[in-house]
Amino acid sequence: MGWTGSVARWAFYALCGAVFVFLIVPVLVVVPMSFSSSRYLQFPPPGLSLRWYANYLGDPEWTGATIRSLIVAALVTGICTVTGTAAALGLVRGTFRGKQLVNSLIVAPMVVPVIIVAIALYFFYAPFKTWGMPLIGTVPGLVIAHSLLALPLVVINVSATLRGFDRNLEMASQNLGASPLTTFRRVTLPLIRPGIVSGALFAFITSFDELVIAIFISGSTARTLPVKMWEGIRLEIDPTIAAVSSLLIAVSVALLLAVALLRREQP
Amino acid sequence: MEARLTSAPTTRGGAPGAGARPRPAARLRLLGLLLPALVLLAVFFVLPLGKVALWSLVDARDGGFTVAYYARAVTETIYLRVILNTFRISLYVTVICLLLGYPVAYLLATVRPRVASLLMIFVVLPFWISLLVRLYAWIVLLQKSGVINALLLRLGLAREPLPLVYNFTGVVIGMVHVLLPFMILPLYSVMKGIDPNLMAAARNLGGTPVQAFRRVFLPLSYPGIGAGMLMVFMLSIGYFITPALLGGLKETFIAQLIEQQVSVLIDWNFAAALAMLLLAVTLLMYYVFNRVLGLDRIWGGV
Repeated sequence: MGWTGSVARWAFYALCGAVFVFLIVPVLVVVPMSFSSSRYLQFPPPGLSLRWYANYLGDPEWTGATIRSLIVAALVTGICTVTGTAAALGLVRGTFRGKQLVNSLIVAPMVVPVIIVAIALYFFYAPFKTWGMPLIGTVPGLVIAHSLLALPLVVINVSATLRGFDRNLEMASQNLGASPLTTFRRVTLPLIRPGIVSGALFAFITSFDELVIAIFISGSTARTLPVKMWEGIRLEIDPTIAAVSSLLIAVSVALLLAVALLRREQP
Repeated sequence: MEARLTSAPTTRGGAPGAGARPRPAARLRLLGLLLPALVLLAVFFVLPLGKVALWSLVDARDGGFTVAYYARAVTETIYLRVILNTFRISLYVTVICLLLGYPVAYLLATVRPRVASLLMIFVVLPFWISLLVRLYAWIVLLQKSGVINALLLRLGLAREPLPLVYNFTGVVIGMVHVLLPFMILPLYSVMKGIDPNLMAAARNLGGTPVQAFRRVFLPLSYPGIGAGMLMVFMLSIGYFITPALLGGLKETFIAQLIEQQVSVLIDWNFAAALAMLLLAVTLLMYYVFNRVLGLDRIWGGV
């Protein structure tokens, strides 16, 4: 111990500190860049301006992509919250053969590399155009695809709250004369609400952020915000992307705070 | 009524669904709850993947059965090089993640819970920030006129700007940044379960701190190391966006090769074979991962 011990200890703290900086620094750099007056990515910025924010808000391609992403994410959240909560109830409460298989099937879209899901859907969607309901380059096509990825997150979150759930509360409700539906609405739902809400948040973020599948199936007619950013980063890196990124960071932090508050509420 | 309540089967704390056997009607209802999710997955996940599997084995010209696409993937040098490259870079990334992630997980598992939950924000915050935002930030930091090069030049550590992005360095930095939380979380969840009294006992029995760590703590954390490494490697080999934005031609990943075959060269059957190979490796790793540590434990901690 003694001298070498304390050196080792400080080296350990220094390494940990460096890793924390490494994790957080990129996020911190983007925000000042977005207020730069220069069109080049200089750091620190030579002067301050809001021109990149104006650029973003004034460009219908950027705002259109943002609105489309919000619509897709909202639809995905709605669909997955309902089907995912129902599936979680069936999985946690049910005893049937093949339960393990169903469980694996639901988690599978999280495990299979997204690029594979992307090309599989791209191939699968292709003929739908000739049947009069195109799925490539349309919002429904994106909603279906993103729902596959978001569903397991809802199921996992809701299942977690269901497992720590005291069934006696439901039985008490039923014994007191409540119908199964009333019991679900008045007892079960409020108790598993934190799981449903965090599942819904995960679903929203998953869809809003999704890029790989969108690259393949959004075509030229249904570009999402990540696809627009992806093209921007590859073609011309100007600080408009920094402005968009800063807005996205603000949204993420707000959502993170919402979840933190939710956790605090949880018994 | 009270008697009925107390005699009611309870599943609290026990295995889920271990209560009374539901009546057939109730069983049907439970299956009904699963139906929408299962239909969605069957039609838009299982069926499309099945189609990919089929295509990988069918000759594009005559529609006959063939394994030629698989043979091409593993015998032709250009493709084999991409496959090996993907594994090689993923291995580097995995090892670096372990070296950086282990001390951090150790710190998180041993400090007071309040401090740990505060530091945990650093680990999970990147999860919440769009991947593109993070990669864009790295381009800004690492490019020739970027922050890091400016710093190196000013400190006299470099004579001219170093090529830090659009090459191997860039890919590794970006991937480590994205994947590090996937290493830290399983390590943390395993370390959290190690009884601190064991370390104290080792010290009381005359062991030095290093010995106590090496002979007691480290072996007990092996499941976390295994799970973290498998998780990071498994995710890494399927990556597409990060190598595409931060790497150069030499750092092409399998996923990029698949994308090229689909959208540039329109060789769907070959793309399907590559996808099936990638899928097979991923599923194998996932199976081993589940053996080492359940996925629930990781996600429960986020």
